[in-house]
Amino acid sequence: MTDTIFAVSSGTPPCAIAVIRISGPDAGDAVRRLAGSLPDPRRASLRTLSDADGALLDSALVLWFPGPRTATGEDLAELHCHGGRAVIAAIQRELAGFANLRHAEAGEFTRRAFANGVLDLAEAEGLGDLLAAETELQRQAATRAFSGAISRQAEAWRDRVLALGAQIEAVLDFSDEDDVEDLPEAFFAETEELAGQMAEWLERPPVERLREGVRVVLAGPPNSGKSSLFNALVRDAAAIVSPVAGTTRDAIERPVALGGVPLVLVDTAGLRDDSDDAIERIGIERAGAQLDRADIVLWLGPEGGGPMGAVEVSARADADDFEAKPSASHTVSIVTGFGMDALERDIVERARSILPKPGEAALNARQRRLVGEAVQAVQSLQPAQDFLTMGEELRIARRAFDALLGSASTEDMLDALFGRFCIGK
Amino acid sequence: MAQFDIIVIGGGHAGVEAAAAAARMGVHVALVTFDPATVGAMSCNPAIGGLGKGHLVREVDALDGVIGRAADAGAIHYRMLNRSKGSAVWGPRVQADRHLFKRSVQSQLAQLSTLTIIAGEAAALRLSGERVAGVDLADGTSLEAPSVILCTGTFLGGVLYRGEVRREGGRVGENAAQRLADQMRGADLPMARLKTGTPPRLDGRTIDWACLEEQPSDGEDWTMSSLAPGRMNPQVFCAITRTNRESHDIIRANLDRSPLFSGAIAGQGPRYCPSIEDKIHRFGDREGHQVFLEPEGLGTHLVYPNGISTSLPEDTQLAMLRSMEGLEQVDMVVPGYAVEYDHIDPRALSRDLQVRAMPGLYCAGQINGTTGYEEAAAQGLVAGLNAAARILDRDGPALDRANSYIAVMVDDLTLHGVSEPYRMLTSRAEYRLRLRAANADTRLTPLGMALGCVGEERAAWFERRQARLEQARSELDTELSPRELAAAGVAIDPVGAKRTVGVWLQHQAVEPDALTALMPQGWDWSDPVVTEAVEDAAYAPYLARQEAELKDLRANDHVALPVDFSYEDVAGLSNEMVERLTRARPETLAAAARVPGITPAALAALLVRARRAESRAA
Ligand SMILES: Cc1cc2nc3c(=O)[nH]c(=O)nc-3n(C[C@H](O)[C@H](O)[C@H](O)COP(=O)(O)OP(=O)(O)OC[C@H]3O[C@@H](n4cnc5c(N)ncnc54)[C@H](O)[C@@H]3O)c2cc1C
Ligand SMILES: Nc1nc2c(ncn2[C@@H]2O[C@H](COP(=O)(O)OP(=O)(O)OP(=O)(O)O)[C@@H](O)[C@H]2O)c(=O)[nH]1
Ligand SMILES: [Mg+2]
Repeated sequence: MTDTIFAVSSGTPPCAIAVIRISGPDAGDAVRRLAGSLPDPRRASLRTLSDADGALLDSALVLWFPGPRTATGEDLAELHCHGGRAVIAAIQRELAGFANLRHAEAGEFTRRAFANGVLDLAEAEGLGDLLAAETELQRQAATRAFSGAISRQAEAWRDRVLALGAQIEAVLDFSDEDDVEDLPEAFFAETEELAGQMAEWLERPPVERLREGVRVVLAGPPNSGKSSLFNALVRDAAAIVSPVAGTTRDAIERPVALGGVPLVLVDTAGLRDDSDDAIERIGIERAGAQLDRADIVLWLGPEGGGPMGAVEVSARADADDFEAKPSASHTVSIVTGFGMDALERDIVERARSILPKPGEAALNARQRRLVGEAVQAVQSLQPAQDFLTMGEELRIARRAFDALLGSASTEDMLDALFGRFCIGK
Repeated sequence: MAQFDIIVIGGGHAGVEAAAAAARMGVHVALVTFDPATVGAMSCNPAIGGLGKGHLVREVDALDGVIGRAADAGAIHYRMLNRSKGSAVWGPRVQADRHLFKRSVQSQLAQLSTLTIIAGEAAALRLSGERVAGVDLADGTSLEAPSVILCTGTFLGGVLYRGEVRREGGRVGENAAQRLADQMRGADLPMARLKTGTPPRLDGRTIDWACLEEQPSDGEDWTMSSLAPGRMNPQVFCAITRTNRESHDIIRANLDRSPLFSGAIAGQGPRYCPSIEDKIHRFGDREGHQVFLEPEGLGTHLVYPNGISTSLPEDTQLAMLRSMEGLEQVDMVVPGYAVEYDHIDPRALSRDLQVRAMPGLYCAGQINGTTGYEEAAAQGLVAGLNAAARILDRDGPALDRANSYIAVMVDDLTLHGVSEPYRMLTSRAEYRLRLRAANADTRLTPLGMALGCVGEERAAWFERRQARLEQARSELDTELSPRELAAAGVAIDPVGAKRTVGVWLQHQAVEPDALTALMPQGWDWSDPVVTEAVEDAAYAPYLARQEAELKDLRANDHVALPVDFSYEDVAGLSNEMVERLTRARPETLAAAARVPGITPAALAALLVRARRAESRAA
């Protein structure tokens, strides 16, 4: 017998209304015991919740969804109760006391939805992203994965790989029977076209950029105005600002959304060669590491001194000792606000070009790795090659798609995936 | 009442291997068959091996079975099919003299001291509760044994068809086993019907061989069995003719008289080995179909026309034959016919080929819905080894999809069931790069030695071979610099890193012969042991890539699904999945993944459930 799970599936209490979800074969029973009777399916009904001794717990909206056509594929109930910690704790304590009911583990609702065939693996990954989505762009991409665009594409590829494999197998197993001659001429045109199509998906920006944000690193020599600009951009006094050269030691990161685009702004230690402070030298090393991971670098130092492709920024435009760089992309002052809008717009624009396009499904790292394997396998097919190893390559490609869709999934992979969900989802 | 450890019913290819395998392990076996003189008879095509099938023969041979040695004893024509492809799909095949083949089978059996052959019809199984306890013969005698292996081929409910003629029987000239069939059906085992067919036999003296294209035996020296002393018989030619438009017209005009088309036969026939009327019907646009004329033996004029299995009426068969080149004057000695028969749904069997609902009863061969001698022999071996292992309280043979075609077949049968007669194909084996016909000994003989089914002669031979193989492998691991190669005359840039001989052989510019001077004295690239080591090296990168996959497979093989696992209670499985899983009863999660139509989501649901069952049991 499957046990029945419950958890608060809205935000962290205290809050105005908390939603407690109950999923599993005993969900109906639990509701009956708490609320006296089961409401009509899929209708919000106001009920009084009380404990076994008849003591009042809360007055709540109760929804009842009989399985299997529910979000988890099982009987499912929702209690929309008042969001005080004490109330929620009392109701959960009562639920935990029922036989066969227990608190859900992280990701368990989604895992059940997956286990019951309501979601496939790519969709489950999409849902994870959706729940974590904070910006509009993230939400759009996640919705696309959740609605199965990636699964559909992977299935289409797998079907083509299967058809190619069947042609090889026919030659291997039946060519001596005078029914099958050789590979059709179009075979290699087809593999090339297929590999090209898959490779194109790999060239798309990875979805992680959306989830994690585009990394914008501010860098330059000590005292060039990095932390100030950083604070202005994140609209918070997150970084210490002082006239002493070498103030920032560690790199400071702040996720922000500008214009609906997820960014991670990074402030770094000023770069100089002659520091005799051991800690500062470590900070400088870290700054270098940040530059390596950066998607966009705002370079506040002497023109041409930053990494390739850095955005030349002349900061502190209002300062007395200001010397404009000859061809800065931006000249800004955080004091007067001069140039700040233009800089922000430019950052947003550059970030958008790095992110998956709205309307385009993006692959995550796991999916990219698998599609990459498939591309490699399909690309490796050569006209002069042994049919046997061709068959093996196509089998490898097919397995990659199986794994992408979840057929080859090991428990570890599932655990890793579902571990990402917060409890209650 | 006579007592045995195991009773095998049926002296066909399955029964022979089952009885011999168990007897090799030292248990007492009775082989009950209608007529001991027909033990080892080839009911159809006088050929052994072929694509996929050759692998099975070599595997049975590696476990010290009968079929490989018998094939060599009878072989009058050798041919390596698929020679132009990679070595893992080469299909060794021989045509055998029926008489010599059968004689070898019977003499091999005669050497097994714990085997008794009993003439008679097995009429009914004796049961004690659900368990099998023995067999009642039609003549009233009874035999007792805790295990019975059914290898009755096409004889259960067998019906022969030729044109409008219909007769009960298992093969031409032999009775059907009706009472046993009734008992099986009565026992509520899942049974179904299939059909197969055989072509007419021709009098070779009436064939105009001179005008036909000849195909000689291949002139090499490989053999089916590793222990064969070499090629023993004179080799004969085959010839090739073709059906033509006239033959097709004759067939088409009489299609309605074929029981296949008149509706008399309902059972499904093999898609991979269709009757000629099927071929004409399905591939109507083809101008002609190849027909191999294969001599049935050295001491007979009978010729087997391979490719025109048929159940058309006798007069139509003759007219069709005489429309073909070289056969204008041919005499037909025995007309072709089709046979429809009962088979058990192999999903009712566990992977030791035991019937789950009747412990102690095993089924092997055509009764499980397969076609072919080799398939039958391999299953007989599996059932015999497992039944004997159970008696001796040992673990059965550790066969899996990554080490044998045998296991691929058993796995396919017990998980997928059959919708047409099952025939081995190399594409059924996903790890076929490691499953070569030529390395069957290396793969399986050690398993057989551990199990106790390999005789002293083979064990000693194997130890010697293994030592030579290790030696060859280590020679291939020797590192050579490009300078050394260039000095030996290989057209190669002398600058660069050292590589092993095995890796150099993969290089386009490197012909093995060019390296001979750099190898030890007496090195011979055509030595089978060297060839095996070279092939291993050639496929090594692929095999390495498969390792992760195999680890995964074996991990899932450790997630057991109990026999009484109740699939209905697993939410999220469709009714169809529940039905398929319940029929096949996969023993592990890995096996469940191979049941057709089981989706990733379903598998995850099973995994979650199985884990929970496990933790409760703990
Ligand atoms: C007409 C025909 C055509 C075929 N065509 C092909 C083909 O084209 N290609 C191909 O690969 N294979 C073909 N086969 C199949 C091949 O012959 C079989 O698959 C293979 O021989 C099966 O082996 P088996 O051991 O399961 O059964 P069989 O070889 O059929 O042996 C069964 C044995 O059991 C004995 N027996 C049966 N019932 C009893 C009983 N109650 N008591 C005692 N003894 C019993 C019989 O006497 C017989 O010796 C054909 C078979 C037939 C009959
Ligand atoms: N006689 C003969 N047959 C050949 C030769 N080369 C290829 N074949 C083909 O090999 C195929 C496989 O051989 P078979 O033994 O007849 O096939 P099989 O394995 O018995 O297949 P089933 O009849 O289904 O059991 C045949 O269909 C022939 O077309 C050859 O040199 N001689
Ligand atoms: Mg055959």
